[in-house]
Amino acid sequence: MALEESVDLKLDHYNKDGIEIVDVEGEIDVYTAPRLRELLIDLVNNGNYQIVVNMEKVEFLDSTGLGVLVGGLKRVRAHDGSLDLVCTQERILKIFRITGLTKVFGIHDTVDEAIANRKSEK
Amino acid sequence: MTPWMRQSPTGSQRSSRPGCRLAWWHKMATVEVTFTPLPAHVRTARLVATAVARRSGVPESLLDEVRLAVGEACSRAVEAHRLHCPAEPVRIALTGQDDRFEIEVINASAIGASAQGQSASHSMTAPAGFSLAVIAGLADDVQIVETPLGTSVKMSWPTSGSLAAGSPA
Repeated sequence: MALEESVDLKLDHYNKDGIEIVDVEGEIDVYTAPRLRELLIDLVNNGNYQIVVNMEKVEFLDSTGLGVLVGGLKRVRAHDGSLDLVCTQERILKIFRITGLTKVFGIHDTVDEAIANRKSEK
Repeated sequence: MTPWMRQSPTGSQRSSRPGCRLAWWHKMATVEVTFTPLPAHVRTARLVATAVARRSGVPESLLDEVRLAVGEACSRAVEAHRLHCPAEPVRIALTGQDDRFEIEVINASAIGASAQGQSASHSMTAPAGFSLAVIAGLADDVQIVETPLGTSVKMSWPTSGSLAAGSPA
């Protein structure tokens, strides 16, 4: 279900094997990050505590976007849930490394890998 | 107010107007940008900064870092301006000379560095310190100083002088 679409950021989400997959495309910055934040809050409020954010089509991510992801992680963990990421782009991964967040998030190469990893930890 | 930019003819002229508030900005930048402190304009600032960096000879491999660092600095400035001086524009100076490309983002918030820290901690989306951590991790050289115009975040990267000299007008 496409929730929001704009020039800068496209958000989509669907359920696969009981895990909510959030597809993000475009730029996550101080202007667009609030929309991702609202989506993550809505998902948690609707009882989705196992979330995978697919960032393979993210072209830009700044600290505001990192803050939104950390906020989402905090919310799902309050319900014993998880928020994993899918990302193989070096320029995006670099931001996670600089801020030390590679130790906080589970970062996977594919959505299927993220789902398999989550199921194995259940 | 919409973003505007000005390109200097030489990139190295000095302001000679006594008493001018901008006299502090002693070197005329290659390109100067001011924009209303709204999040929507930060993307514009990133695009302009990246374009000027490329033209100034910053290697392609570093342009992503320039784009991200200037975005972080502008986001911090926008947050501070919205809290403390929403009528004041955010100012950016982009200067390419002496084999360095320098970006200076002026946060005109009167409270300066403490205001930036406060704004970050009050932000709905960005935990305090993330922005500075990213900037420090990306830019070769970072200086944060108080100036008569406000808090200045100055960052620089190396350029390839031969590439810059060889660029067509």
